[in-house]
Amino acid sequence: MLGLPLAFSAPWVLTALIALPILWFLLRAVPPAPIRKRFPGVVLLLGLQDDESTMDRTPWWLLLMRMLLIAAVIIGFSGPVLQPDGAAPSGRPLLVVMDGDWAAGPGWARDRAAIEDALAEAERTGRTAAMLRLTAPEPAQFLPAGVWVRRVAEFAPLPWTPSETGIATAISALPDDDFDTLWVSSGLAYVGRTDMLAALEARGQVAVLQRAAPLLALDDVSLADGVLTLSTQKLGPGAAAQTVSVIGEDPNGAEVALAQAEVQWGAARAEQSEVQFALPAEMRGRISHFRIDGVSSAGARFMTDDRIRRREVALVEVRGDREGLELLSPTHFLRQALVESAEVIDGAIPDIIPANPDVIILADVAALAPSEEARLLEWTENGGLLLRFAGPQMAASDLSRAEENPLMPVRLRAGGRTVGGAMSWGEPKALAPFSPQGPFAGLKVPDDVRVTAQVLAQPDPNLADRVLAELNDGTPLVTRKPVGAGQVVLFHVTANAEWSGLPLSGLFVQMLDRLAVLSAGSADAAEIMAGTIWTPIEVLDGLGRIQDGQTLTGVEGAALLSAPLSAALRPGVYRDGGKTAARNVLRKGEKITLFDWPAHVAISEGAAATAKELKPYFLSLALVLLLADTLAALILAGRLSNWRTALIAFALVAAPSPGDAQATGTLPGTDEIALAYVLTGNAALDDLSYAGLYGLSDMLYMRTSVEPVNPVGVDLAQDELAFYPFLYWPISPDQSLPSDTAYEKLNDYLRSGGLILFDTRDADVAELGASSPNGRKLQAIARALDIPALEPVPGDHVLTRTFYLLQDFPGRYAGRGVWVEAAPPDAEQIEGMPFRNLNDGVTPVVIGGNDWAAAWATDTRGTHLYPVGRGSTGARQRELAYRFGINLIMHVLTGNYKSDQVHVPALLDRLGQ
Amino acid sequence: MSAHPQLRRRAEAAAARLPALLARADTLANTVLLGEHGRRRSGLGDDFWQYRPVQPGDSYRMIDWRRSAKSDAQFVRQKEWQIAQSVALWIDDAASMRYASHKDLPTKADRARLLALAISILLIRAGERVGLTGPTLPPRRGDGQIWRLTEALMQDGATDYGVPEARALIPRSRALFISDFLGDFDAFEFALAKAADRGVRGVILQVLDPSEAEFPFRGRTIFESMGAEVFHETRKANELKDRYQSRLQDRQRQLRALARATGWQYHWHHTDAPVQSALLWLYRAMERGH
Repeated sequence: MLGLPLAFSAPWVLTALIALPILWFLLRAVPPAPIRKRFPGVVLLLGLQDDESTMDRTPWWLLLMRMLLIAAVIIGFSGPVLQPDGAAPSGRPLLVVMDGDWAAGPGWARDRAAIEDALAEAERTGRTAAMLRLTAPEPAQFLPAGVWVRRVAEFAPLPWTPSETGIATAISALPDDDFDTLWVSSGLAYVGRTDMLAALEARGQVAVLQRAAPLLALDDVSLADGVLTLSTQKLGPGAAAQTVSVIGEDPNGAEVALAQAEVQWGAARAEQSEVQFALPAEMRGRISHFRIDGVSSAGARFMTDDRIRRREVALVEVRGDREGLELLSPTHFLRQALVESAEVIDGAIPDIIPANPDVIILADVAALAPSEEARLLEWTENGGLLLRFAGPQMAASDLSRAEENPLMPVRLRAGGRTVGGAMSWGEPKALAPFSPQGPFAGLKVPDDVRVTAQVLAQPDPNLADRVLAELNDGTPLVTRKPVGAGQVVLFHVTANAEWSGLPLSGLFVQMLDRLAVLSAGSADAAEIMAGTIWTPIEVLDGLGRIQDGQTLTGVEGAALLSAPLSAALRPGVYRDGGKTAARNVLRKGEKITLFDWPAHVAISEGAAATAKELKPYFLSLALVLLLADTLAALILAGRLSNWRTALIAFALVAAPSPGDAQATGTLPGTDEIALAYVLTGNAALDDLSYAGLYGLSDMLYMRTSVEPVNPVGVDLAQDELAFYPFLYWPISPDQSLPSDTAYEKLNDYLRSGGLILFDTRDADVAELGASSPNGRKLQAIARALDIPALEPVPGDHVLTRTFYLLQDFPGRYAGRGVWVEAAPPDAEQIEGMPFRNLNDGVTPVVIGGNDWAAAWATDTRGTHLYPVGRGSTGARQRELAYRFGINLIMHVLTGNYKSDQVHVPALLDRLGQ
Repeated sequence: MSAHPQLRRRAEAAAARLPALLARADTLANTVLLGEHGRRRSGLGDDFWQYRPVQPGDSYRMIDWRRSAKSDAQFVRQKEWQIAQSVALWIDDAASMRYASHKDLPTKADRARLLALAISILLIRAGERVGLTGPTLPPRRGDGQIWRLTEALMQDGATDYGVPEARALIPRSRALFISDFLGDFDAFEFALAKAADRGVRGVILQVLDPSEAEFPFRGRTIFESMGAEVFHETRKANELKDRYQSRLQDRQRQLRALARATGWQYHWHHTDAPVQSALLWLYRAMERGH
């Protein structure tokens, strides 16, 4: 248009520009509005005429500004669009194909904007459009593009890749008519992508949108020697560096990053990288998942399960009647070390082997029955870790003496040795530094660990290979032997502090950790999983967000291990009994590759210049002009007398801060007493409460020295309650429960002396309790409130005599049950006193259903709004209702003052002496 | 309750102003007393003032024989002037007086009451009788009258502009009129003439707000009187300034001429000026009245 690449979506609006000249004349004729000023000197002005030459018309520049304003609004609403590229649209329908897999997650925000732009463009050119997500294909449905623009959010990525069958159905469901395709690709290669491409190209042009940023994913976590190794993959050109966080609960239960590390990937097209985390076992047990920070993709999150979590450790010790000698028990220190981070099982060997623990610890057990030994051996060969500790019994036995026992790593010399004792030579021995190759490499040896006794290994040829730790005189301290898939480890000292200080030191725990006693990866054997059903606990969505999976159906163990991810098997954490298993987007060792597009397919990165809507700019211009016009009009009218106020006004108008609304909210009722009621959200009920408290306030004003101002409605969510001594809370079945913060406030209010009158307003049909909807609602509301034990108002409650002497508390209904805080059980009536010596303070709640507000309610002229009873009995009942109200407010304001009068006779008596 | 929720509070606040005004007036009056020394002159009264030699024209009755017997000359015994004058006040209580152009300035009514009460205190301490014009509060002496005056002065009138009350003036007494004198000039003229007919002389003090003298208004404005009974609309207020000021000067000239014709004294006072200067002028003007 006019040589500019400009188009209008609603050009007919521009005809309104014709009206501008008319507006010009209208505006010229109308002078600025006058201001009114009080001024006694006006009498001297009477009769003075304005000069004809004085200004009575709007100045031309103001007129011009207003014309511009109107023009900007008109042009803005005609929908101007700037189209930098004059590419001729083909006119064919547009099909937007999305891979919609987990790899599309990181680019989804950009992809979405690009798709919306494309659809908006299609709408402008009048093309129909359809959307197809290959991870969840549905038959393409060509609708006006505007319909789809609003639905783009429904096509968010899903946490799996398109399946072969899914692609086949998508291809078969493609319409036969010609259309153009915009393929929003994640770049991941999968089976069927070429077929899909061919099918789409057969029907029209295919444009591909694929972002260039490298694709990052986590594929496995392994635990070895107490160190977690996280392996990662990067696809796509260019180097990358990201932070990887280990996420888990802190001791308070909040989710935090337990550790972080920087990961670097090289520039090659497919790169792998590993990162290691050395975390204490206790912290490892709290890990919930690993995450690549800043990458929102299901592939960038790795859920963890039992493999790095708590392990089952069985403790076996010699039975002995060493009652009470807790600290001398061979397993005491082991238990202390283990209980934090592992599941400890006790029992005899035949009992614990069926439980298939990860580790069995034998503390100074020398004699094993042959059958036990056989089963233990079998278990060890299947991958168990048998940890043995020496001790007096082992030293005294013939275990592994002449020939090596299969469940001992070394042969032992008879008797062991004692050093540094009263009857022996030498000093107690310290530990030698650990060898850098062994599992204890890098652990620091404390200086104060001394060994006074040990069992000695026979110097066999293979002894050197089996030693993991030794004393500084070269005698072995820890030895290890592989047995089948498992291993046997022997500590040549006791597990208690009898022979050495080792169990007392922190080193002991670290050594156990390194030996994978505290945690280790036992491979998920397929046979264990077979036949089990796992229920999802937490699942990931396509953007890597964790969602509740409890509503999803269970998954078979075998499928969990090996089936490809789909809508029925989402990545996440699954549970079967006490065990948890995680399924992640990438399985261990699974390699992902990028798809190589054929050379003829045009790939863009999504930064294509799209049509630009100018409407917001024109409307903003109009708004700025409106602001300037307002200021100019004010200045012309003389309302802004000096530049400083003008500047302040401009600052206020131009930069409204969010704090403004706060500052204007004053606190009413802080200097006067006001009765308050809870706003229930039901306008009729709130009006009733207001009218009721209004009537009661009037009555208080007339009859007592309490002079309340108008009642105040209180919004529990926002208002401060501390200013209101009394809160009327009518119950209706449809009101919503207060929020948690509101409950906190209410409890504070009750504890600090406030009184709430709960009124279920149904005493005509129901007793107090759960028998009516209002009663049930009251129970629901009061459940979270800090309400003490209640009782029906006793005859000597102070409420019966704070102002009037009352025994009934009728409202609009004369129901019986009015409940207040129960008197303490030890309240007793003193001889000769009319009342019991009751509790101090004000009852925090009064609960009833007599619809008091309706009985109190008056309009501003004092006319009663609701009928109460009939004839003079009705008038009497209303009077009693008012008396109850007055007594209640008096009770709130004066507490147990009237109750104190029971002491008067005693005081008089004392004075009489 | 609900119709007048703050009644008690407002009543207390209003009551609290009474002594405050009185205290202010008292303080103000004291500043004047420090420099003046009462009324030292001979006249009718009870207290001895002085003996003076007989002059020609003195009747024999006036000779104080007891004093004269002590010497050869004859003396006349004089007593201190103790005839109390009556002073009637008229303080404009109309709505136009309740105007202040700026929140830091007192209203004209406030200034007028303060001055009236201060001068009343001074006069009553000097032994004069002070009251209001009209039948409500006739001139009396004594501290109780100060309280009654304070109470009477606190009343607000309902009319838009004040009309002087010149009834029930005691002949040959003195009067003090304080107003902005923006109302009907004929009424002033009539009241002053009526007072002058009775031989009453006195003082006119015109209290004006600075904005009434300066006329600092601009732009298109509708001016309203305080009771919104009179209004005037202008398109450009600043154009009116000169003509307004010349009209105001005319009014002041008329007042001065009227005062001269009736033997009164005229002065104007702006509410942004110090109140002491106005009081001092008032005090001397009242003194000169004899």
